[in-house]
Amino acid sequence: MKGFVDPGSVSTESVQVLKPDGTLVPDHGYDIDLKEEDLREIYRVMILTRRIDQESTNLQRQGELGVYTPALGQEGAQVGAAYALEPQDWIFPSYRELGFAMLRGVQPSHILHLFRGTWHGGLFDYREYCIAPYAVPIATQTLHAVGFATGAKIDGTNTVAITCFGDGATSEGDFHEACNFAGVWKTPVVFFCQNNQYAISVPLAKQTAAPTIAVKALGYGFPGVRVDGNDVLASYVVTREAVRRARRGEGPTLIEAVTYRRGPHSTADDPSRYRTDEELNTWEALDPIARFEKYLETEGVLTAEFKEQCDAEGREAASKLRKEIVGAGPLDPNLLFEHVYAERTPNLEEQFAQFKRDQEGQ
Amino acid sequence: MPTITLAQGLNEALRYCMQRDDRVVVMGEDVGKAGGVFRITDKLQQEFGEQRVIDTPLAESGIVGTGIGLAIYGFKPVCEMQFDGFTYPAFEQITSHLAKYRSRTMGKLPLSVVVRIPYGGGIGAVEHHSESLEAYFTHTAGLKVVTPSTPSDAFALLVDVIEDPDPVIFLEPKRRYWIREDVELPVTNGDRRKARIVREGTDVTILTYGPSVRTVEDAAEEAAKDGVACEVIDLRWLNPLDLETIMTSVKKTGRAVVVTEAPITGSFSAELAARIAEDDFLSLHAPVIRVGGYDIPYPPAKVEDLYLPDLDRVLDAVDAVLNY
Repeated sequence: MKGFVDPGSVSTESVQVLKPDGTLVPDHGYDIDLKEEDLREIYRVMILTRRIDQESTNLQRQGELGVYTPALGQEGAQVGAAYALEPQDWIFPSYRELGFAMLRGVQPSHILHLFRGTWHGGLFDYREYCIAPYAVPIATQTLHAVGFATGAKIDGTNTVAITCFGDGATSEGDFHEACNFAGVWKTPVVFFCQNNQYAISVPLAKQTAAPTIAVKALGYGFPGVRVDGNDVLASYVVTREAVRRARRGEGPTLIEAVTYRRGPHSTADDPSRYRTDEELNTWEALDPIARFEKYLETEGVLTAEFKEQCDAEGREAASKLRKEIVGAGPLDPNLLFEHVYAERTPNLEEQFAQFKRDQEGQ
Repeated sequence: MPTITLAQGLNEALRYCMQRDDRVVVMGEDVGKAGGVFRITDKLQQEFGEQRVIDTPLAESGIVGTGIGLAIYGFKPVCEMQFDGFTYPAFEQITSHLAKYRSRTMGKLPLSVVVRIPYGGGIGAVEHHSESLEAYFTHTAGLKVVTPSTPSDAFALLVDVIEDPDPVIFLEPKRRYWIREDVELPVTNGDRRKARIVREGTDVTILTYGPSVRTVEDAAEEAAKDGVACEVIDLRWLNPLDLETIMTSVKKTGRAVVVTEAPITGSFSAELAARIAEDDFLSLHAPVIRVGGYDIPYPPAKVEDLYLPDLDRVLDAVDAVLNY
């Protein structure tokens, strides 16, 4: 009908730099400004992320963590995007963003203590790493990123915020409000959606009727881009462009990194109830690390020695993580009353005294 | 001494804080050019610019959520909810993040954010414009909850909460926006962290706050004509609660009535009644009686007077505790 916009006219293609076989897409259209040491660093962090992620799942299976939300299969999307940021750019993660944290050098156990039930926000220094604590309520952190970036804009700094969330989060009102606020205010923020195909058991088709998630950006008046999330270089270049736009004052970008969550939503979930082995196998064949490895080997950037060095670092970090987590005791329970307010209220003071008496009585 | 309304007291408080601290920003729907639907932010945008007095899109979760982000960055946002009944979309941001951030980050990312909410009935409004929602927030650890009842308190308490390091829900008694008081600004005298003894008396303690304070003052005046001396206490801060002032009074009078507009069941008045009974049962000559809204949705304007505690209902409660 005249005047009707047809969603069917939207391109569903993804930006790709590396084909699944690790060879370069001839006319991918992006400048790859990475030196050999950059490529090796990206590779190192991907290996480290996978190893720590695996160890975390193991620790959960062995009863050392209450739950864990694996990032297996999403390392390319995460590390590529993280590499496009400057150290002062803030990351507002959900709860599956290990790759971002590993690139910034966060001590893995400091994150894992959240899942061990040691402290809700983990134990890392948010300001040192410019990473907000993991946000569990879906899409809520997207608004925090917009607010933070608005602060940076008011202040006249060129700091950018990126917020990470999944495909399911795009159904939430907060995602809509965050995109809308950012669009209106031209906020220096990057919306980084890892479309990993499932929100626990619910597939994308039951989450949205939109042809892509990226196209939603148009409704808010800023660009969206769909990228092959298992192609670390593609994830890097599109995020780099989004970050540049933000820094130039051109406002937000929505990135849809198309990837796949190969593990369960969390260790409490059984994906065999809602997806097939064939599907899993298809995505395993698209593994982001294997693809990048082939590329680096062809380019002569990845020596056997460096590969072994990365593996060794991963093993060491995993064993360090295990040492720090296994048997780690609870924090001083008195801390529960310490940070509810800047100072304990009289009411809390009274309850704290009672709490201590209750503990002594046990 | 100039005469100001409660609304002007709030407006002047915002101006005062924004002049003193350039990290203070005001944000909400219609707060800019329009100066807010109740004119609480009147002319602030003219004075401080669009970056510090921000007209937001129409979305309450967005207002509080981006306020949280601004606070993480280092600003001190004062977020306006246009009406009590429109606060609910922001409920998740308030309870899951604003209230918990300091604790979950072990004090590393405290959020100094004020959420201003015009609340309560009595202005003949349509549905969703007359709610008393204090119990949701007094029930939430990590929030402070404050409500003024006079123009001078409006000024002083709002300045206080903007300077407070913790997140504060600031409840403005909207049907009292236009009451007047002679005030010299800035108000600095007095410890406004404590409850205010509005009227001293020896026979019965009446605890109240926000919009109900005026009603209770009138009732106490009436009771005095019959020789009953009511001690009227305006709580000001629901959290932290000034229990000391409350209990000193109850010990003296041995009788307590709590008057609020909120529906009775699960209300903050229930908390007060419980605390008094727990802390000093033996001083009581009668059970604590609560006067409040009925457990029904806030009624349409034509009949809201039947819902709001009035002078007669307060006096009946005073009689009841005296004649128990």
